[in-house]
Parts: sequence; structure tokens; C-alpha cells
Amino acid sequence: MKILVAVKRVLDYNVKARVKSDGSGVDLANQKLSMNPFDEIACEEAVRLREAGVASEVIVVSCGPTVCQETLRSAMAIGADRAVLIETDAGLEPLAVAKLMQHVATKEGVQFAIFGKQAIDDDAGQTGQMFGALMGWAQASFASKVQISGDTATITREIDGGLETLAMKLPAVITTDLRLNEPRFITLPNIMKAKKKPMEVIKAAELGIDIAPRTVTLHVSEPPTRKAGIKVADTAELVKRLKEEAKVI
Amino acid sequence: MTTLIIAEHDNTVLKAATLNTIAAATRIGGDIHVLVAGGNCVAVAQAAAAVAGVSKVLHADATHYEAHLAENLAALVQSRVRADAGYTHVLAPATAFGKNVLPRVAALLDASQVSDVIAIESPDTFQRPFYAGNALARVQSKDAIKVLSIRTTAFDPAGAGGTAVVETLAAAGDLGLTTLVGREVVKLERPELTAASVIVSGGRGLGAADKFHAVLEPLADKLGAAIGASRAAVDAGYAPNDYQVGQTGKIVAPQLYVAVGISGAIQHLAGMKDSKVIVAINKDAEAPIFQVADYGLVADLFSAVPELIAAL
Repeated sequence: MKILVAVKRVLDYNVKARVKSDGSGVDLANQKLSMNPFDEIACEEAVRLREAGVASEVIVVSCGPTVCQETLRSAMAIGADRAVLIETDAGLEPLAVAKLMQHVATKEGVQFAIFGKQAIDDDAGQTGQMFGALMGWAQASFASKVQISGDTATITREIDGGLETLAMKLPAVITTDLRLNEPRFITLPNIMKAKKKPMEVIKAAELGIDIAPRTVTLHVSEPPTRKAGIKVADTAELVKRLKEEAKVI
Repeated sequence: MTTLIIAEHDNTVLKAATLNTIAAATRIGGDIHVLVAGGNCVAVAQAAAAVAGVSKVLHADATHYEAHLAENLAALVQSRVRADAGYTHVLAPATAFGKNVLPRVAALLDASQVSDVIAIESPDTFQRPFYAGNALARVQSKDAIKVLSIRTTAFDPAGAGGTAVVETLAAAGDLGLTTLVGREVVKLERPELTAASVIVSGGRGLGAADKFHAVLEPLADKLGAAIGASRAAVDAGYAPNDYQVGQTGKIVAPQLYVAVGISGAIQHLAGMKDSKVIVAINKDAEAPIFQVADYGLVADLFSAVPELIAAL
């Protein structure tokens, strides 16, 4: 069974996003970009499934500019077998990415796909479910446990107030929650090995898939900042102010 | 112009998040239809019909909607929207339920989705946060059918007073892709985090799971509060996963948020900075949480919290 893992290159999670002064977006120039953390978890899970003998091959796929090859190399250093880059400099919405992933999954005859539950840049949280819809596959978002046996995937997923367990007929897609696993540390020998793994580059423009954006970003701004309030001397003053000033208790 | 709202419910009760979503829909204008799909959920359909602003409730009852799984539900929404040319918007709350189902609906309708809408400026222009709340975007959707997930804390819930008609909607077929094996939902004696008016939240400063509960629970009892936690506290095992407040956990906006032993990482602030009043108790005067707190108390939480309880 082949597994497709979708990965996205995003502003590193340790870097604070800064809005450009012209309101056109977030400034990414000279910033550290790395793999979306939820996609790292996706990659780790797929590699574990291959190591457990459930999967035969892990294919990592990314959509974006040439530099995304670096992110795909990181995914192969975690242990993915090969990579596909759908190359485009255009801005992509989740629906467009889902369509491009559909193309690769169909061409490769993939039976299981793992996406991050959301990318930490646009916070859309859509691509995995959209891919499921386009493929007509079963879906389980926010997965925290994965078991595959025969043609059934048993997935525990995080819901409001607890957990639920689903049994899905393969082929299926899942999206990863934080607690699914802890990605392994990438070692130097594995980084060297990843450099020799196959990387296929497909030009998005040559696929004839409609990836034009459907929404226009009119303006991006900093959120209104909350002003720091006051420091109170003790709990008595705190209670007094909460009762008389803030009137919340 | 007609908005279709996918109701979140448990087959017995209409979830509060649906009321926030209906409120958001009233800002769009036009008719509001609420789809209540489930198993033996007629009481929910009737409850939805009594919400102010709702013009019609579509009630689809079938065993294969009972668990509200995304595949069958999304297919039902698609067939309904395709059958009636009047629909211009499809909305669901940006809760675990809506986040699961709505993107699937959007893709079936070949529409882009605008996630986590916090303001509706016009029928096609919306505001949403991204980058963990560090940036706000005004976006305009060009899709014929606009698909929006609604950040529930940004809209006050719709009130009572509706007299909508309830129409039975024929169930679509069972796709048979997924079955529910089981659910473990923690029965809370306290209010739900996302609906609570007061939240007491603990961080790594609590030091251990037993202390987390021993210190925070009496305070929460006194205030009638829900209990939350920072990601650090959850990762350290002090509190269960679903306590987590933050960008990747729950987004909350209570009247009063009491942060105890929480340093205030960006990811946590993103989940609670819309609270009306924020109180921070931390022994580190330089902790970033004080930059957003209305009232900061620099003190050792193990003595300050019991004192606070006594003073309340």
C-alpha cells in the first residue's frame, strides 16, 4: 500500500508573523521557513506505518515554488521514500492544493493519505477534507491514533469534549492532530540519504487543473493589540477591582 | 439570497455554536435555512425553528446521520444546495464538528472556504484571523456559493422568538464509507470551555497533575468556572487534551479569564486574548501574560490562589 503525505513550507513556528506595512500580507522575506509542524507529524506517522510493514512506500508531495524541494528533502530525511513537487509560483488556496494532490494520488494509485490538520500560516484547516471529498474517500480529521489492518483503518480522533473512534474502509484520508506522535529527530546520515532519494518535479501549469484563487485578500492588518492593564498589590485588591471596576464577579 | 446553516447538535439538544452561526448569518441578510440532520432528532429541528432569524428548518432523519459523520452529511448538503438554486451561502460553526464537515462540503460544491470568519462586512466580504491570530485579513469571495466557517466567540448567540416552518428533507443514500465505533466524551460537571463565562486556566507553573487539580478546582468551584490549560500544561500531562486553550486547542472569549501559572506563549494568547477581562497570576513579573492581562498579580500561585478563594 502506498501512502501519500502532503507537506507545506510555512513560516517557522518560532518566528512571529509580521504584517507588511502596505497591508498586502505577511512579510516572509529573509525569514526562516520550514515544514508545517502538523505535516511533520503526518510524515512520521506514514514512515511508522511503512516500518510496521503496513505500507510499502511513502510518497511526500508539496505544491509551491522550487524552494519547496528543501521541505521535501526534510520529509525524506524523516524517512519518506520519494518526493513529488507540483511546482508553481502562484498563491494556492486549499481547494487548489486538494485538486493537485488528487492528481498525484490518482496517478500513483495511493490507498491512504495523511495531511496536517491545518497549516500554521493560513490556518485554513481544509485541504485534507477537501481531498477526501474529491477522491470520494472516507475521512477522519484530527486523528490521534491510527491502526490499519486489512482494508480497514481504525482511527481515534479528537472531538469537542473527548475522543471518537471510526472504522474506515480504505482508501481513506486522515488529518493529524498534535498528539498523534512525536516526530523523530532528523540525523545527519538520514539527511545525506535523503539527498539521494528521487524527486519528481511537475509543472502545475501543465496539468490543466483549475487552481486559480477564488478569494481576493483585500487587506491584511495587525490585530488590535490588548493593552497591558495594571498590577495589583494583593488578592484583596484584585477581588475589589474585579467586583467594583470590571464588574465580572 | 439564502444561507444554509449546518446545525451542530447531539440529536437531543441544539448546540450553542449553532446559535452563534445563525447570528452570523443574520449579518449576511436574506433567508436563513437550518439543516438538522441526525437520528431521531425532531426535538432539535423544533428547537432550531424557534430561534430568531430562522426562516426554514430542513429536518433529515436517518440512521446514517445519527453519528454526524462527514461523508454522508456533506453529500446531503451538496444535494440540497444543488437542488435549489437560491442558496448563496453555506455556514457551519468553526468547532471540531464544523471544521470536519464543512471543507468536504466546499470541495463538493467546487467552492473555496473562508475559515474562522470573525466579521461579516457584506455578503461577499469577511474578516478572518490567520498566523495564529497575529494577522487579520479582509477577504472577498468570488465563488457563487460562499462557504464560511464561523468563529463562534465573535458573534453573540441568536435569541429565541423564531417561528420557522420545519420541512422534512429526504435522506440521501448511505455512502457506507465510515462507521462510528465509539465515543468517549468526558461528562463535565463544569460549564463547557467554549461556552463558559468564567474560565480558570492553569499552566506549567502548577508543577504537577495533582497540584493542577488541587489548586484550580476550588477556585473554579467558587467562580462557577470552566477549567482550561496551556499547551505546556497539557504536554506535561497535568491536564487532559481537551482542556487546551490556544491556537491549536480551543478558542475562548469568556467574561473573565484567570490565567494561573501561565507564561503566555503566543499560541496560548491566540486562544484567549478576546476574553473581556484577563487576570494573570504568575511569580515571574516579566511573563508575557502580563502584557495582555487587565489585572496582574505577581505572586506565588500556591499562596495567592487560596487567598483569592478566601477573599471571593
